[in-house]
Amino acid sequence: MIQEVGTTEQGDLVVNLGPQHPSTHGVLHLVVTLNGETIKKVEPHLGYIHRSIEKMCESLSYRQFIYVTSRMDYLSSHINNHGCALCVEKGMQIEVPPRAKAIRVLMGELTRLASHQLWWGAMAMDIGALTPFFHAFREREAINDIMEETCGARLTMNYMVPGGVMADLHPNFQKRVKEFINFFRGKLHEYDELVTGNIIFKSRMEGIGYLSPEDAVSYGCTGPTARGSGVSCDIRKLYPYEVYGELQFEEVTATGGDCFARYMVRMQEMRQSISIIEQLIDNIPEGQFQAKTKAVLKLPKGEFYSRVETARGEFGVYIISEGGTTPYRIKFRSPGFSNLSALDHMARGHKIGDLVAIMGTLDLVIPDIDR
Amino acid sequence: MLSIENITHSIDAWLNGTFNPTVAVLLESLIVGFCVIGLFALLGLILVLMERKVSAYMQIRLGPNRVGPGGTLQTVADTLKLAMKEGLTPDGADKFLFNLAPFLVIVVAMMILAPVAFAKGTQIWDINIGVLYISAVSSLSVIGILMAGWASNNKYSLLGAMRSGAQIVSYELSAGLSIISIVVLTGSLRISDIIASQEDGWWIFKGHIPAVISFIIFIIAVTAETNRAPFDLAEAESELTAGFHTEYSGMKFALFFLAEYVNIFIVCAIAATLFLGGWMPLHIGHWAGFNRVMDYVPSSLWFTGKTFFLIFLIMWFRWTFPRLRIDQLLNLEWKYLLPMSMVNLLLITLIAIKGWHF
Amino acid sequence: MNKEELKIRLESLLVSPTFEDAAEWLTVIIDPEVWEGFARQLRSTEGFDLDYLFCVTAVDWRTHFTVVYHLTSTVHRHMLVVKARLDRERPEIRTVSDIWRTAEFHEREAYDLMGIVFTGHPDLRRLFMTDEWKGWPLRKDYEDPVNMIKL
Repeated sequence: MIQEVGTTEQGDLVVNLGPQHPSTHGVLHLVVTLNGETIKKVEPHLGYIHRSIEKMCESLSYRQFIYVTSRMDYLSSHINNHGCALCVEKGMQIEVPPRAKAIRVLMGELTRLASHQLWWGAMAMDIGALTPFFHAFREREAINDIMEETCGARLTMNYMVPGGVMADLHPNFQKRVKEFINFFRGKLHEYDELVTGNIIFKSRMEGIGYLSPEDAVSYGCTGPTARGSGVSCDIRKLYPYEVYGELQFEEVTATGGDCFARYMVRMQEMRQSISIIEQLIDNIPEGQFQAKTKAVLKLPKGEFYSRVETARGEFGVYIISEGGTTPYRIKFRSPGFSNLSALDHMARGHKIGDLVAIMGTLDLVIPDIDR
Repeated sequence: MLSIENITHSIDAWLNGTFNPTVAVLLESLIVGFCVIGLFALLGLILVLMERKVSAYMQIRLGPNRVGPGGTLQTVADTLKLAMKEGLTPDGADKFLFNLAPFLVIVVAMMILAPVAFAKGTQIWDINIGVLYISAVSSLSVIGILMAGWASNNKYSLLGAMRSGAQIVSYELSAGLSIISIVVLTGSLRISDIIASQEDGWWIFKGHIPAVISFIIFIIAVTAETNRAPFDLAEAESELTAGFHTEYSGMKFALFFLAEYVNIFIVCAIAATLFLGGWMPLHIGHWAGFNRVMDYVPSSLWFTGKTFFLIFLIMWFRWTFPRLRIDQLLNLEWKYLLPMSMVNLLLITLIAIKGWHF
Repeated sequence: MNKEELKIRLESLLVSPTFEDAAEWLTVIIDPEVWEGFARQLRSTEGFDLDYLFCVTAVDWRTHFTVVYHLTSTVHRHMLVVKARLDRERPEIRTVSDIWRTAEFHEREAYDLMGIVFTGHPDLRRLFMTDEWKGWPLRKDYEDPVNMIKL
C-alpha cells in the first residue's frame, strides 16, 4: 500500500488526482506516483459515489429496480435499463412485440450517439481544447429534445418496462430523428476537421496508452476500449438481441491499441449508429408497444444473465431469483469498472498529460464504476 | 492637430514652467506611474472581456451579457468580487515568498511597459537598448512563477512552476533570436529607431520571407512565454487543476490573472512594433500619395489596431488548439524552432549585409 | 464447442463434476480447493481457451457463500459458469488475478462487499467502502441502522 501524501522512499512524488479534479469527470480518486513528470504507478481509489445499488435492488420489485440502473451509467441510461428489462423478460419468458423491439434499439442508438458526443467533447477538453465541448453539446441537445418529447425526460429516461416500452413514440419522432440525422452528418465532418486532423491532437494521441489485444482481454476490457486493440467484442454483433441480428452494421475495430485507435473506433461507431437509425426509422413495425404482463412480476427460481452493449462496453445483469417479487441477489457487471482496471497498465511510463488523455479515451463514467 | 504627443508636451512645458526641474520630473514620474496603473486596470478589463467574447463567439454561445450594456461591465463586477474575497495563505506555505510572487509578476509586467511606444512620441522611456531591456526584463517573470509554485507547498503548483520554468527559459531563446533578426535589419536597439526604420514599409513586408518566418516564430515563442494555450502547461487545468496559482485566491489571484493579460498585450505590442511598424501607418515605399492618406489615421489607432489584431490571433489559438505535452513542447523549441531561427538569423544577416531588403 | 461438448470435456478434466442444468449456460460446481489448477486448465487448455472472465459474483445463501465466475472465450465464443461453494465462517478461495487480470478488481469488490477472502491476492483491500468500514454490506445479515432503511 502506498502512502497517499508526500514522497515515497525512492524520492518519487505522490500526487492525488481527485476526488475533485477537472479531468476525472466526477469523483474518481487516483493516487499517482510520479518520477518528475513520468508516471510510475496509478492507483484508483473508488467508492466516492458508491450507493450500493445492488443492495438497494434486493428490496425493489422487478418493475422498480430497472430505474435505479439509470443512475449508474447515466450517459447510456437507456441501454442500462434495456439490459435489466431483457433479463427480467428472459426470466418471465415474455415475448416483446416487434414495435417495442425496434423502438428500444432506436432509442439505444440515439443514447449511444449522445454518449459518444459527450465523450468527444469531454475528451477534447481533457487534452486542452475547450471549444469542441460546446460544439458537442449543441448536437447532444438535439437528441435530448427528441428524448424529452417521447420519454418525458432528457437524461435518465426510464422509458423501459419489462415487456416493452412505457409509452408509444411521439408523432413527431420520425420527423425529428430524420432532421437530426441530416444535421448531425454534417457536424460529424466538422468534428473531424476540428479535432481528428489536428496535428497537436494526433501527436497527443498516437502511441499513447498502448493496450495489447491479450491485455485487453485479460483486463476484461470491453466496448471501444477493447475494440481499439482489435478485440472483437460487440455484444450487438456476437450475441444479437432485439433486432440487431436483422440490421446491417459493422463492428468497428482498430488495430492500433493506442488512444488514437480508441478515438477512431468511437468516431466510426457514431457513423454506424447513424446507419442503424436510418435503417430502422422508416421501418418501425405497427402494433403494440408493450406486451401484456401481470401487474406484479414474479421471476421463477433460477439465475438469469443478460448482456447488452452500452456506449462504454458490455453491461451485464445477473439476477438470482428465489421465486419472489424481488431479486434475491443482483449483480451488475459494469463496463467502466473493468476498463478502469487497465488504466495503471496503460499509463505507466507516460507523462501526466498522457494520463489525462488515456482517461479521456477510456470514457469513464464514475457512477458506473462505483455503482 | 490634437495628438497624444502634443498633450504630453504641453503638460511637460507647464510643469517645467511652474515648478523647479526636480519637482517637475518627480511629478511627471508620478503621473506616468498613475497612467501605467490606470492602463493596467483598463487593459485587464478590456482584454478579459475580449477573451470571453471571442471564446463565446467561437463556442457558439453568447458570453457575458447581463452586467452593463452587452455585458461590458462583467469584468468590473468580477474584479469587485475578487477584491472582496479573502486572500488565503495556506498553512505550509512560505508566507513571504507566497505573498511576494504575484507582486513580482505584476511589477515585471509594468517594467516591460516602459520602452513600448504607444503612439508617435508617446513612450515612457526611449532607452537606447530598448529591445535588450525588453528581453532581459520579460524573462524575470519566470522567477515570480517559480516563487509562487515553490512557496505554495502544493504539488500541482510545484509541477506547474517547474513546467513554466523549463518552458519560458527555452522559448526565451527563439523569441530573442527573432528580435535580433529585426535588430540586424535596423541596426539599432532603440525602439524609436526601429519604428522609424519602417517608415517606407513594415519589416514583415520589407524583409522578404525570412522576416515572415521570424515573425511566426516570435508569435509562437511569445504565446509560450505568456503561458497561453496551446502552451499553457504551467496552468493546464485538466492536468494540474490550476498549476502554479492553484493556492491563490482573491486579489493575489487577480494579480496573476491581470499579469497574464497585460503580458499578452505587451508581447503583442512588441511584435507589432518590431514587425508591423508599431504606430507607423501602412507606408509603401515611395508612394507619397498613398502614404499621406494613411497618415490621416492617428498613430495611436494604428498601434492599438495592430496590437489587438495580434491579441485576437493569440486568443484564436487558445480556443482552437489542444494543449501540447511537456516533452513535445520542449522538442518543438529545441529541435525545430531554435535551429530554424538560427538559420533564419543567418539569412537575415545576409539580407542586411547585401542590402537586399527594400 | 456447444454445451454438450463442453460438458464431456469437463468430465475428463474434473474428478466428478456437478452440473446445474437449468441455467442458460453450462454451469459447473467445483470444490474451492481445486479452483486454482482448474482455472489454469480452463485458461490455457486448447479447446477451452476461456480467456475472458467477464463477471465475478459472490452470493450469500445464508448457510454458505457461492462465488460465481462467468467465463467466455474470445476464440470459440462458448460460455462457462463456474461456481464454488464456500464455508460461511471461513469464506476463502484462491485468487485468479494472476490468470485473468480483471479478477484483481472484481475480487476486491467481492471482498469489500461480501467479505470473501481471496488468498494470494496481491492487494486485497476495501475498494468502495472506507478503509475503516466494519462489516460486509451485501451479506444478508448485514445491519446498518444509520444508512439502511427497512421497508
